[in-house]
Amino acid sequence: MSAATSIRVQETPRVLFILRRADDALVLGHRLSEWCGRAPSPEEDIALANMGLDCLGQARSLYQHAASLEGGGHDEDALAYLRDAGQYRNLLMLELPRGDFAHTIVRQFLYAAFMDPWWHAMTASTDPTLAAIAAKAEKEVAYHLRHAAEWVIRLGDGTDESHRRAQDALDRLMPYAGEMFATPDEASMVAEGLCPDPETLRPAWDAALDDVLAQATLVRPATPWSQSGGRTGRHTEHLGPMLAEMQSLPRTHPGATW
Amino acid sequence: MVSALAQAAWDAAATVTDPELPVLTIADLGVLRDVHEDAGAVTVDITPTYSGCPAMSTIALEVELALARANIPGRVRLVLSPAWTTDWMTEHGRNKLRDYGIAPPGPTTSRRALFGEETVACPRCASTQTERLAEFGSTACKALWRCLACREPFDHFRCH
Repeated sequence: MSAATSIRVQETPRVLFILRRADDALVLGHRLSEWCGRAPSPEEDIALANMGLDCLGQARSLYQHAASLEGGGHDEDALAYLRDAGQYRNLLMLELPRGDFAHTIVRQFLYAAFMDPWWHAMTASTDPTLAAIAAKAEKEVAYHLRHAAEWVIRLGDGTDESHRRAQDALDRLMPYAGEMFATPDEASMVAEGLCPDPETLRPAWDAALDDVLAQATLVRPATPWSQSGGRTGRHTEHLGPMLAEMQSLPRTHPGATW
Repeated sequence: MVSALAQAAWDAAATVTDPELPVLTIADLGVLRDVHEDAGAVTVDITPTYSGCPAMSTIALEVELALARANIPGRVRLVLSPAWTTDWMTEHGRNKLRDYGIAPPGPTTSRRALFGEETVACPRCASTQTERLAEFGSTACKALWRCLACREPFDHFRCH
């Protein structure tokens, strides 16, 4: 038995667009799954695992679509397991270690507050498969947003310690949030009606943050600059170890079934 | 006009139950969408409840087995559009769910409210004096609630 080597993907603009969102969902889903058996309460253990499962389901549908458009004979598993960190196209914010519970919840909130209007807009995509995936995902993300928003308020407006941790998470994560609105080389996708211009979603995102952070007594830090690089494969040092763990089995035992 | 073979295939597939909710068939749930016949073979369309629902592969396999047992050549196709909604759950299915101890889903109209308050009646005593304990329950499609009248905790099938 020999280890599987990495594949090369023909990244046409549309394949790249879909891979970016599939990688977002897979990487966040994996980070959420790391909470299984570790969350602060059984209810939260189940909630985080369920949301991770939603993300994995979305990733699977997106990878299947990307694979069929690419036409290179790769399937969803090959796209997930046989690409190296430099070939991953996810947002940097989603690959950061899960941190403490506040860090996981604040990340979940910042992302869901963007993805809720994004998936909603994607239901009108001119790509019928993307519109069909969006019709399912937009229902799921509405729950993710509500869950995260309730926890942000509970942590922020909770004890001194939970407030401190929530504010610390917000201060650390906000510099990564701008990457959600940056879409290098995707103007043609917007022009074709494949996806919304993310700038049109900013008012909804701002409104969700202002509303929830005010209730949570948290202060939105000024973020004059934004981290970027994930969309073009320049990642933090955290993605490689995560992929090594996630990919070890299918790479060591290609095609294994049980 | 549905052919006799397509009808037989539908009837066979409609016996398959949800592995997590054994009182409900996939027809009750609205997961069984359509059956087409083409030259003596059928295609059974099923649609997932949630993107990542782990029961789908089991359901697809069970449908294939049901077709094989009925000697109907055919295959199962997973369709995403239109997206499944709890509004497709039959009245019969809702009643079976309630009898099983799970509060059936309400209308989907209030779903998008960020802090929407829904009224869920206790499946045991029918009191509407209930509270939500957790947004997510034992499966992706359920939330955990508690009745303040009879004090029993119960699952609520979330509207979707």
